[in-house]
Amino acid sequence: MNEQLSASRRLDIIRHKGRPTALDYIPMIFDEFFEMHGDRLCGDDRAIIGGVASFMGTPVTVIAEVKGRDLEENQECNFGMPHPEGYRKALRLARQAEKFHRPVICLVDTPGAYPGVEAEKRGQGEAIARNIMEFMTLKTPVISIILGEGGSGGALALAVCDELAMLENALYSVISPKGFASILWKDASREREACDIMKITAEDLVRLKVCDHIIPEADGGAHNDPTQTAENISAFISESLQNLQRKFQKGLDEMINSRYNKFRVVGDFEEFPHSDTTQGECLAENSSNV
Amino acid sequence: MQFEDFFAVVRERLGSDKGEDGSSRKKTDIPTGLLFKCPRCRNVTFIEEFNQNGKVCPNCNYHARLTAKERLKITVDDGSFREFDRKMISKNPINFPGYDSKQQQLRDKTGLNDAVLTGRAKIRGEDIVIIVMDSNYMMASMGSVVGERITRAIEYATAHKLPVIAFTASGGARMQEGIVSLMQMAKTSGAVARHNEAGGLYISVMTDPTTGGVTASFASLGDIIIAEPKVLIGFAGRRVIEGTIKQKLPDDFQSAEFMLENGFVDMIVERNKMRRVLAHLIKLHKSPEVKEVAENE
Repeated sequence: MNEQLSASRRLDIIRHKGRPTALDYIPMIFDEFFEMHGDRLCGDDRAIIGGVASFMGTPVTVIAEVKGRDLEENQECNFGMPHPEGYRKALRLARQAEKFHRPVICLVDTPGAYPGVEAEKRGQGEAIARNIMEFMTLKTPVISIILGEGGSGGALALAVCDELAMLENALYSVISPKGFASILWKDASREREACDIMKITAEDLVRLKVCDHIIPEADGGAHNDPTQTAENISAFISESLQNLQRKFQKGLDEMINSRYNKFRVVGDFEEFPHSDTTQGECLAENSSNV
Repeated sequence: MQFEDFFAVVRERLGSDKGEDGSSRKKTDIPTGLLFKCPRCRNVTFIEEFNQNGKVCPNCNYHARLTAKERLKITVDDGSFREFDRKMISKNPINFPGYDSKQQQLRDKTGLNDAVLTGRAKIRGEDIVIIVMDSNYMMASMGSVVGERITRAIEYATAHKLPVIAFTASGGARMQEGIVSLMQMAKTSGAVARHNEAGGLYISVMTDPTTGGVTASFASLGDIIIAEPKVLIGFAGRRVIEGTIKQKLPDDFQSAEFMLENGFVDMIVERNKMRRVLAHLIKLHKSPEVKEVAENE
């Protein structure tokens, strides 16, 4: 692993034309993948695919954000930017996994949820919010792996999990570096500079206690040897499933508590002494409400 | 005529706009700071009239932004608010240049320690936990402190079996805290999930503007979702969408009315009726046992 690479250098690697996508990895990692379509409400989003598969003999549910490998594929999957029905399909499949006691494996790879008129009309915000909330208490193990770009809420909607791993060169951020530069500096061309101060590499996110594991890629990036990278992903999933099983032998409640706490502890603040609830100040005096 | 000359003429005319005794007429003496220009209909009103109307535009019924303190004042029973976690301030998780000093400036300017106030209060005698976001503090973006305060408030409500009322307003996740702010979406939504499992009531009231990561987390997860009239509610920014589709969006896009029509808001409630509606809804959600106890007391 090359820990010295800057975030902007990694951005080049994950944007490499030959970088493998979920479509490449799924057949290499899973057997007998049966894709399931539709959210049962309005449509079938091609930016998120999902279904049942076998992982080394264990039935699992796979949910993956899909980026295209060429223009045609990208038009079909909307450049990996899901609409609300994609997130709702993901939730439907996750609930199905819960019913049949299958672990859920999420492969995350998106610049972000699609910013469009129809997406807003069909409740993009609500769809993401609901996934985050429901995955938090889903009664089956969830493992998420960020393959390339983990962009904002559109990534988080598939990343509320028991274990989060990132491929060595993957980036996971609150907003795309371009969006960051254009909002904070009003200058989208400062993308690379933004990239390097945002703390978005796998190592950064391990330090910030957001990411649990880093999966090594082939030398120079996953595109140099997709098979090797897929083997590394498989090794991680296998180990992680065994870990979760061992760790939560006593039951699912413990696993769900631990999932809650994984997110509960993230935050960087300080408190001055004596800030308990009884010493609050009355702010609403002398008002004339009815 | 040159530009400067033009203004000179205007000044002259204004100056000549005097009563017969030579005293200025009142209208010309009013500086622009005393006027409110509605961001929706562009109508201009005197600030006094606008304030008396509860900061609601008398022309188009747009409900302008309130500070968290103003909101509490018109919402909860007099003297009933007890603030939680008042002395919590944010650090700088990704060492973003200038973030610490910006926070200090805002703390001095607004008298707030971050963009949300949380606490216990009563509405018409009903005990509640209330969350009020304040858009004057970094457009009420959600970072560590906002996320932690909201999560603790909901956890407190769950433990004490109290309803939660959240007045949301936010530009979204706080960029300056990087991934840590994204995680606040999961943290707050997780607290809502537990409150749900314990059977607790959560009413979300969307005020201007409720957008981005706050729309995509706890704001959209209320058992009941109320919005003030005409306010902005959405996920992606308007300009981002316009940039994507290369055309101008209609004015009412992402308004409360738009969200109601598309099925993402339960009701639109005017500001002067909000307190009454909330009190009634809370009463309707009290379990019969609790009601009996209250009656026997």
